[in-house]
Amino acid sequence: MENKVTREIFPRDSRKSYGLVELMKGTVPIVRKEPEDTVYVWPNLILIEVICALLVTAGLILLVQFVHAPLRSLADPSTTPNPMRAPWYFLGLQELLVYFDPWYAGVALPGMIIVGLMVFPYVDTNPKGTGYFTLTERPFAIFNYSFGFALWWVTIVIGTYLRGLDWQWYWPWSNHLEHMNPALVTLVPLHIVFVNFLHVSKDIAKGLCDILFFAYFAIGMAIPYFFMRKFYDSLGGARYFVFMLFFLSMMGVGFKIILRLLFNIKYIVVTPWINV
Amino acid sequence: MLENVKEKIVKSQVFRSIFRHGFPDNDLNRAYVVFSNVFLHIHPVKVRRSALRMRYTFCLGGITLFLFIMLTVTGIWLMFYYTPYTGLAYSNIQDIQFVIFGGNLMRDLHRFAAHGMVLFVWLHMTRVFLTGAYKAPREFNWVVGVVLLVNTLILSWTGYLLPWDQLAYWAVTVGTKMASYTPFIGQNGPWGAQLGFLPTNDIMFMLIGGTVVGQNALIRFYVLHCVVLPLVVTVFLAVHFWRIRKDGFSGPL
Repeated sequence: MENKVTREIFPRDSRKSYGLVELMKGTVPIVRKEPEDTVYVWPNLILIEVICALLVTAGLILLVQFVHAPLRSLADPSTTPNPMRAPWYFLGLQELLVYFDPWYAGVALPGMIIVGLMVFPYVDTNPKGTGYFTLTERPFAIFNYSFGFALWWVTIVIGTYLRGLDWQWYWPWSNHLEHMNPALVTLVPLHIVFVNFLHVSKDIAKGLCDILFFAYFAIGMAIPYFFMRKFYDSLGGARYFVFMLFFLSMMGVGFKIILRLLFNIKYIVVTPWINV
Repeated sequence: MLENVKEKIVKSQVFRSIFRHGFPDNDLNRAYVVFSNVFLHIHPVKVRRSALRMRYTFCLGGITLFLFIMLTVTGIWLMFYYTPYTGLAYSNIQDIQFVIFGGNLMRDLHRFAAHGMVLFVWLHMTRVFLTGAYKAPREFNWVVGVVLLVNTLILSWTGYLLPWDQLAYWAVTVGTKMASYTPFIGQNGPWGAQLGFLPTNDIMFMLIGGTVVGQNALIRFYVLHCVVLPLVVTVFLAVHFWRIRKDGFSGPL
């Protein structure tokens, strides 16, 4: 039986500091909760969970009537399939190999994604929007999450449907059996572009690229610091620095993809050790 | 008659030693069901009525857990027929698929429950994000959740190698090749060669137990997939659920 409020509600006596509020019929005591606010987990919640589990099981059994786990020919180290696709959840990273060197796309960036996700609760100081769905009360946080995962899903779709032989770009209507001529696209580091258009020496051009790279982070850090003071103050120095580092890096991945796809830029910064 | 039998059973020493309470047809016993049962006691005894509304959590975390349980059951079933030996693995999978009764169903369920788990972990994370459920005091549970996400991906990926077909072999060859590009500790990575790392001693060598994906890689991935990672996930799951109870639920529960 649920606890039922009897209609007998006693008025507070203003001359007393205590009073009987109401009488209830019930089998268990309730503290600090409204009388009809709670229900027993058994059977109410348990039932929902069991139904949910049964639906998932039924859905999966139904699904595997139509699609099956793939099994290709026996592993053969001497025959490399072309194209070679990672499992779908890693296709985003595989696609990023087009835009970055392996140490960055395959190691540094995944590490940054993981750490970036972990620090999110510590840099999101907005007290609003806990416990309900809202877009208007925290648009910037949701923008960051959505941008990151849009990048993730878009690269998965590209890797699944728009990449073919030699991991070249194939439209659905292209001939997927014919190799693309890789000579059609020549990738150049950014400093070569500067050499060609600004007629400066290679070393000066490289220096320009380095300055550009650091200016991106420096200006990116500076703009909110000077012009969006409220945002900076709400985070404080340490949180601000950590957040902006991840934010600018994430945006940088987007910029690099655009530079590579539209202008065939291979690297922004070239050093003897690492290229980005 | 039937009432009599029921009464006899419920009052018997054996029944009472197992359940410690009668049928949950009154409030006291409904409370006992939850807090005297090791599996159910991750729940509170009572929840707010609004917690029964599906449109807050959409059961996404629960579905993820259920898929993990399903993967454990089907995975153990598959282990009875699978040998982590390069000369046998592929034909074992063929046997599972074409010879063994129910093998096809079990392998398909395992495969798609695995895809589903990756998807539902992400959906659950998105729900938690959109409802701001990771905010104080629940920040650390979000971190535990990210650990679980990473573990789910690695679990899925280590399982990818086990069928030992072309798909498995090359996906893992490319994936582990990435490890050799790790800065400082991979032979192809920045400063790796300068620090003395070679194909025979770097992080990729440690991961696959050789310079190419072979028998050592298979047994490593097998042990990681079937023993190490499920245990790690289970431990973090326990922490994850415990923290929900301790830190409180974010929504109208």
